[in-house]
Amino acid sequence: MNYLLRGIGVLAAVGTISLLAFSLPSGEAHGDGGGDTLPRLTHKAWQQECASCHIAYAPAFLPKASWRRVMGGLGQHFGEDASLDPATQADILRFLEINAADAGTSRIGRKVMQRMDAQDAPLRITESRWFVRKHDEVPRAAWSRKSVGSAANCAACHRQAEQGVFDDDSVRIPK
Amino acid sequence: MIKRLFCSGLAALGMVAVASAADTPASLMAHYAQAAGVPLASLSAARGAALYRAEHPGRNAQTVSCASCHTADPKQPGRSRVGKRIEPLAPAANPGRFTDAAKVEKWFRRNCGDVLQRECSAREKGDFIAWLSQVQ
Ligand code: HEC
Ligand code: HEC
Ligand code: HEC
Repeated sequence: MNYLLRGIGVLAAVGTISLLAFSLPSGEAHGDGGGDTLPRLTHKAWQQECASCHIAYAPAFLPKASWRRVMGGLGQHFGEDASLDPATQADILRFLEINAADAGTSRIGRKVMQRMDAQDAPLRITESRWFVRKHDEVPRAAWSRKSVGSAANCAACHRQAEQGVFDDDSVRIPK
Repeated sequence: MIKRLFCSGLAALGMVAVASAADTPASLMAHYAQAAGVPLASLSAARGAALYRAEHPGRNAQTVSCASCHTADPKQPGRSRVGKRIEPLAPAANPGRFTDAAKVEKWFRRNCGDVLQRECSAREKGDFIAWLSQVQ
């Protein structure tokens, strides 16, 4: 009897603690390497739901207002259906907002914001002034090469994009 | 103590995760046959293959099919529209396929809508899995 009660107590505690652990909103930052290496963020739903069709774009590439627009239109997401159940959608949005370019949590975010007007909320990273400027030396024809396909295909050139690494050593424009 | 509780919490969650991922291609076929109100044996791999290959009008005057992203041979890796690798769809090449009912439903909903401009019926989903699970 005593054991049974204690068992139930332990189970309840375990349940509460694991719930707490899994509802932490912010994800975990493993340091901010500055301009070309992004803070390593982990967030289960974001990694699961936003990395099937392209890399999971770092939240620091866009301001909060942009992420609200992106997450509010997942049913018609750049011509594809990326819709989610409302709870997962809200969970991911919260994570994106907490780590957004204007959240003040990363150096790369501050650089993105330096080139963005306060009321701007682009849907695309690749249309931000910061992105265009960082890529002004990439030949125009390279973007539409078959091996690249789209500017949104960061990993075609940044071979460690999935790990958040965008430095000169790991970049190569494919033929 | 907290750490130990946390670890056993993780272990417990791990068990739950295993339990909820216990679907198999066979159990999903049975589920879709039942939802369609047809006997399991009436699911057709030939119809599934036809669904996979059928071309439909897409964007920019190009046609689109399931094979556009998953490639003509479902044992091969495919490519998303953005260019990201998609692991093979056939369980023979990728045992993780059709083992999570919620994931399977999510992608049928999205991809059937994308390619066919409508949802796939329960029988079409059953046929589709019937075909892929016999690809060797
Ligand atoms: C079903 C596939 C799919 C899923 C799932 C998906 N996306 Fe996308 N996403 C796309 C496509 C297609 C594009 C357009 C890419 C292009 O123009 O080449 C895109 C583009 C984007 C862009 C703009 C990239 C640019 O050009 O700067 C952002 C930001 C984005 N997605 C965020 C997300 C987020 C956040 C999630 C998770 C909630 C998500 N995506 C899930 C297919 C998807
Ligand atoms: C066609 C190839 C190509 C694609 C696609 C591409 N980039 Fe780049 N990117 C480059 C090149 C080349 C540089 C310049 C490298 C340098 O000189 O440091 C660069 C630079 C950068 C830098 C600056 C690194 C630094 O050291 O300051 C960042 C950040 C970056 N890219 C992010 C992205 C993101 C995010 C995407 C996808 C949304 C992307 N890139 C897509 C080729 C590409
Ligand atoms: C625009 C590209 C694209 C097209 C076209 C496409 N798919 Fe997919 N499909 C994906 C992506 C991306 C995933 C998820 C990535 C992953 O699981 O590797 C996926 C996953 C799936 C899954 C999940 C299987 C599992 O258990 O993991 C099913 C089922 C599926 N697709 C069915 C279809 C069907 C049916 C069609 C045609 C009607 C189709 N797809 C067409 C891109 C596509």
